[in-house]
Amino acid sequence: MTATATQEGTQSFLRRVVAATPGDCRLELCIQCGTCGGSCPSGADMDHTPRALFALINAGLRDEVLRSNTPWYCVSCYYCTARCPQEVHITDIMYTLKRIAVYEKVYDDSTAPDFSKTFIFWVENYGRAFELGLMGVHMLRHNPFGAFKIAGMGTGMLSRHRMAFTPTRIKGMNGLKAILRKAKKLERSV
Amino acid sequence: MKYSYFPGCSLERNALAYHHSSLAIAKPLGMEFVEVDDWNCCGATEYVSLNLTASYALIARNLALAAKNPAAAQLVAPCSACYLNLRKCDHYMATSPELAEKVNTALGAGGLAYKAGTLKVRHLLDVIVSDVGCAAVAAQVTRPLKGLRVVPYYGCMVVRPELGAAFDGLEQPTTLDRLLQALGAEVVPFSLKAACCGGHMTQISEATGFEMIRRLVKDATDGRADLIAALCPMCQLNLDAFQGPMNKFFKTDYHMPVLYFTQLVGLAFGLDAKSLGIGSELVDARGALAKIGIAAPAAGPETPKKPPKRDDKSLPMPRMSGA
Repeated sequence: MTATATQEGTQSFLRRVVAATPGDCRLELCIQCGTCGGSCPSGADMDHTPRALFALINAGLRDEVLRSNTPWYCVSCYYCTARCPQEVHITDIMYTLKRIAVYEKVYDDSTAPDFSKTFIFWVENYGRAFELGLMGVHMLRHNPFGAFKIAGMGTGMLSRHRMAFTPTRIKGMNGLKAILRKAKKLERSV
Repeated sequence: MKYSYFPGCSLERNALAYHHSSLAIAKPLGMEFVEVDDWNCCGATEYVSLNLTASYALIARNLALAAKNPAAAQLVAPCSACYLNLRKCDHYMATSPELAEKVNTALGAGGLAYKAGTLKVRHLLDVIVSDVGCAAVAAQVTRPLKGLRVVPYYGCMVVRPELGAAFDGLEQPTTLDRLLQALGAEVVPFSLKAACCGGHMTQISEATGFEMIRRLVKDATDGRADLIAALCPMCQLNLDAFQGPMNKFFKTDYHMPVLYFTQLVGLAFGLDAKSLGIGSELVDARGALAKIGIAAPAAGPETPKKPPKRDDKSLPMPRMSGA
């Protein structure tokens, strides 16, 4: 852990997180008050509260931060962001940490990143989300028995025509693909 | 008034009732919606977790397409996640020139461009309450929802983050409360009105996701609500479709119907329940609506009941279904 801290440099991980977050995320202004963790609806299941995670970032403990389940348990409710007395863009920073963890391939629990990847597979290839495909693929991979538990719900959704059997493809798929290809080229190596 | 309309993927299918009821009440409210041509997914909370520039370019394609229609400078989204993503993209393209440049370079590859500030992104609730107004809504009510106890549930993304210009309070919003009052409904005080439904958490960690659903359903039940009014497809999906699995998980027996606020507006306007998509909810709302004399269509075909377990004393013989 100390080795990582020296390698990365105490401040450079903080700088990297700030640079990879859009706008002025104000992370360096965190005063460690803990309002974020106290406001978090899923905080009880996180390895670190956002406050603790920010202290680790400040200390340059990159690996511990990227291995934490905290960003993946963030439900994007923005309570912390709304309440932070220093107006730190906490939710946006959680997204940044997810991107860095995916890019560096450092995360213990692969369920959450895989969910995002499966979701995006349909978007990148059809232009629209596809719920049945997403849930089907995700459950087969991560929770095959869970499919039986929610089978009633699935048939309920299908019988009420609330789930499509096939994805919808937008007309301008070639254009969208070109846009996304270009965007990925422009993305700096977070 | 004319608006650009961004339905989003959920409204195409799982929240089709939200789509239909929004369009059904648009006319009596004097709103005209022009759907953005060939719109794409906003990326929800997933794409931005993987790639920043691509996720903003994905959202910006919609803004660029909507901006092609100069007659509608206001872009309305009924889905809270789409609303926030579209608004956030416009906001960060305005405040982060570096991001705006990258996004526009990417859009250029598809022959598109977007200048931040061209469009004003609005949520459907905001448009109805702020532009049309509660008085104008009340004037259209022919069947007041008198005696119906409704929880005004906002969820998170419609009220937070502020991004310079939130249309309502960040934690104790009141727009939906006022709208429901204008319909004649009895609004249940609900301290969790802007709490999170759990988003995609049911797919990541059941214990976390179901607990967030349980809190909301329990509080609504404790408040003797007849139903919950939702304004986001994710909230409706979690509270309605996952209410059964949540009950199974905690061995509870809650029954709290969840309808879209637009469906309630439509009912109060005297529109036909079926045309508003009522009956597509998984937690049957017929009991709640019968309370105010509205006969709603049956909630889809019932899931077939399991055949009774065989009598343990009998021989293990195959059973005819229905025997």
